[in-house]
Amino acid sequence: MSGIELSTEKAAARTVSSTDLVTIRPARKRHGLRVPRPVRRGLGPVLLLLAWYVASATGVLSANTLASPTDVIHQGWQLIENGQLPSAIYASGQRVVIGFAIGGSIAIALALVAGLFRLGEDLVDATVGMIRTIPWVGLIPMFIIWFGIDEAPKIALVALGVAIPLYFNLYGGIRSVEPQLVEAGTTLGLNRWGLVRHIILPGALPGALVGLRYALGSAWLALVFGEQINATDGIGYLMNNAEEFFQTDVIVVCLVTYAVLGLLCDLIVRVLGTYLLAWRPSFEGS
Amino acid sequence: MTDTLTTALTAVSVSNLTRAFDGRVVIAGLDLEIAPGEFVALLGHSGCGKSTLLRVLAGLDTEISGEVTVPRRRAVAFQAPRLLPWKRVWRNVVLGLPGRADRALADRYLDEVGIAERAGAWPKTLSGGEAQRVSLARALVREPDLLLLDEPFGALDALTRVKAQQLVADLWQRHGCAVLLVTHDVEEALRLADRVLVMRDGVIAHASRVELDRPRAITDPRFVELRAQLLAELGVESGR
Repeated sequence: MSGIELSTEKAAARTVSSTDLVTIRPARKRHGLRVPRPVRRGLGPVLLLLAWYVASATGVLSANTLASPTDVIHQGWQLIENGQLPSAIYASGQRVVIGFAIGGSIAIALALVAGLFRLGEDLVDATVGMIRTIPWVGLIPMFIIWFGIDEAPKIALVALGVAIPLYFNLYGGIRSVEPQLVEAGTTLGLNRWGLVRHIILPGALPGALVGLRYALGSAWLALVFGEQINATDGIGYLMNNAEEFFQTDVIVVCLVTYAVLGLLCDLIVRVLGTYLLAWRPSFEGS
Repeated sequence: MTDTLTTALTAVSVSNLTRAFDGRVVIAGLDLEIAPGEFVALLGHSGCGKSTLLRVLAGLDTEISGEVTVPRRRAVAFQAPRLLPWKRVWRNVVLGLPGRADRALADRYLDEVGIAERAGAWPKTLSGGEAQRVSLARALVREPDLLLLDEPFGALDALTRVKAQQLVADLWQRHGCAVLLVTHDVEEALRLADRVLVMRDGVIAHASRVELDRPRAITDPRFVELRAQLLAELGVESGR
């Protein structure tokens, strides 16, 4: 064989001076009282609330700028008791549910058409990509002209906010299904519908759930904007009213309500995810 | 239903098969016949077109010219087990069979490959060898007349590999289907096959019939001789 000639002689042992050596030390154990992680993580928000309380109590922060936390809690309780907050949540929740149902259906239909058929991809994907570049909040004036000032523009805005992230993640999920699995399915005798049902849709599920989380997040965001349009009920209406009377405590209650509802939706999707994606060999944290 | 008139004399019949990828000819006028129940091993360097040939026989690659006849009932086990991660093991086994998913049927075949106890597990919890066994069960449950094996042991460690080879030998004896095993391991080919083919330049360049009694010992002088012969065909000198 030509090429590299291997030396038959063994090289002299290399000498290693002490400066070339390093000692690997075992990780030092921490002594003393250890604060549990959740407590440590909670410390920042608690300190912030405390600072807010102190600033309000000492008068540094006037109630016209921001109501004190105790006022907010008090006001929140009152709004619940007199039924204003529950009815507002009901009205807003209804908009989110209807808007989500419409936007979600459109997104799923479009993602299936674009994900499963080449013709659908050519026709749909570029179109949705174009619409995505429009900041959807900017469409509010258009929506008012098209849909009036009642429920329709609010629901339309939620639907749009839902449809775009859900479409992109579902479409991406369908397209990221491993072709080897589809091929294996073909050799197992699955027809086109069988491939879609057993391989493509379950494979797209992780992407779809990510999309669902985004979609729910932007559904509430869309609602905040939508309810600025001449609302007569709902959380946004409550907030707009409070603005006129400088009721900063009511505004904070409304903001907290939005946040809690958003968190709740996120939690539902996460629970759904751990149940639906039990098969996934992903890193589960330690 | 026994129909002696249509009993085929060959399980696989390929004549003048050609397959090119963007002008690069990978299979060039290849002829191949496999008898029913025959175990054929196909050797060759990587990139010689042996996997392409298997994909053609599996019906996965149809951008071909030439004539190819294969049994209607075929099954494939790939190098990667390709189990669906979102279906439990037993559902993977019976996927694609007509009718409702039959747990008892899946269990029977899983038992045959020796992992009945993992029937309800998720594929992610299986070891490489276990996953490959499931893949074999999934192929056999279809009662194929032709079983196509694309380097199914390639990713297994040496010990698991020997066991898996033994398993395939047993399964073949029991089911009597024709087998085409694509591999680059000469010993594996000689241990299992009735006939060993070497693919080169897009055709079957060499064929050896292996007339040794099973189970075959790799120390048998005729085994050693055949191995040397095949290695020479592959352009590798044996025993320096």
